[in-house]
Amino acid sequence: MHELPVTESILRIVLRHAEEARAVKVIRVSLRIGELSDVVDEWVQRYFDYLSRNTIAEGAVLRIERSPVVFRCPACAKDFPFDVKRIEDVTCPDCGGNSVEFVSGREFYVKNIEVL
Amino acid sequence: MENIRLVEIKEEILSDNRNLAREIRENLRVNRVFMLNLMSSPGAGKTSLILHTIRALKKECRIGVIEGDIDSMVDSEKVANEGVPAVQIRTGGACHLDAPMIDKALQKTDLKNLDFLIIENVGNLVCPAEFDTGATKRAMILSVPEGDDKPLKYPLMFTICDALVVNKIDYLNLSDFDMEALKARVLKLNPNIRIFEVSCRTGDGIPAWTQWLRAEIEASKK
Repeated sequence: MHELPVTESILRIVLRHAEEARAVKVIRVSLRIGELSDVVDEWVQRYFDYLSRNTIAEGAVLRIERSPVVFRCPACAKDFPFDVKRIEDVTCPDCGGNSVEFVSGREFYVKNIEVL
Repeated sequence: MENIRLVEIKEEILSDNRNLAREIRENLRVNRVFMLNLMSSPGAGKTSLILHTIRALKKECRIGVIEGDIDSMVDSEKVANEGVPAVQIRTGGACHLDAPMIDKALQKTDLKNLDFLIIENVGNLVCPAEFDTGATKRAMILSVPEGDDKPLKYPLMFTICDALVVNKIDYLNLSDFDMEALKARVLKLNPNIRIFEVSCRTGDGIPAWTQWLRAEIEASKK
């Protein structure tokens, strides 16, 4: 639901870096977004297409990489990805411990752009 | 195609919002004001909990409320009736409050004459979780009729909050809501979260909640 302000921020970041790199056109934008973020990829692209009209980013394709939710086992220091929907069953794949800590899954950044 | 270059960026998408939120938090710290961002689904009891909180604490500290509402003044009128200042933000359809909106509201707020500021965010468990408002602490309400499975559906919200208020516990006997299962799910995502079981209808559990707030307000004074 908040794809519009998110996409405005993405475009602002993309244009700033593209200008610094003296680019004439942005071809592709890679984003890294954690599984915990409820951003709908299709809407981000649609808003991007709309907002980027008449800029050098017009027509750029967004590539969204999702990072999994990762937990850590404090007993053996193992990090492992896990489906948050089954969180009750979360156990360490190495030692079977079930007192895990949430580590990551909230990434939300522009990774890189491909430009001409 | 020739001449395609890769430009590494690695920049947080919401960095502008985050930076402004940090400035707001610093400004609150300097003014010794505790600001709470209160979030929940529509109808979980944000306004009811705020009214209970005001009644419990208004004799001992100076309270203000920032009301986020899509397009009405209903909640801010209820708050104003309790004799505390309320600033209404009409989001005009936006699904959350962000740092620029709070910054604007704070410009209309006299921080020097406040100890405790409550933000009533827009009713929504998704978008408000993503936007730092600059609040000192974050709390959410989950009401019993919504179900104990909500941490599985909206994990981000449960991850970012310092306190969870489970409201409408007077409905527990009428539902198959499993409080222990809820707590187990929430604590897996966020082991440090404080959980309060309350009923805004009967007043049960409200003192433990206001005691937590009292300690946070005190801590902001130091």
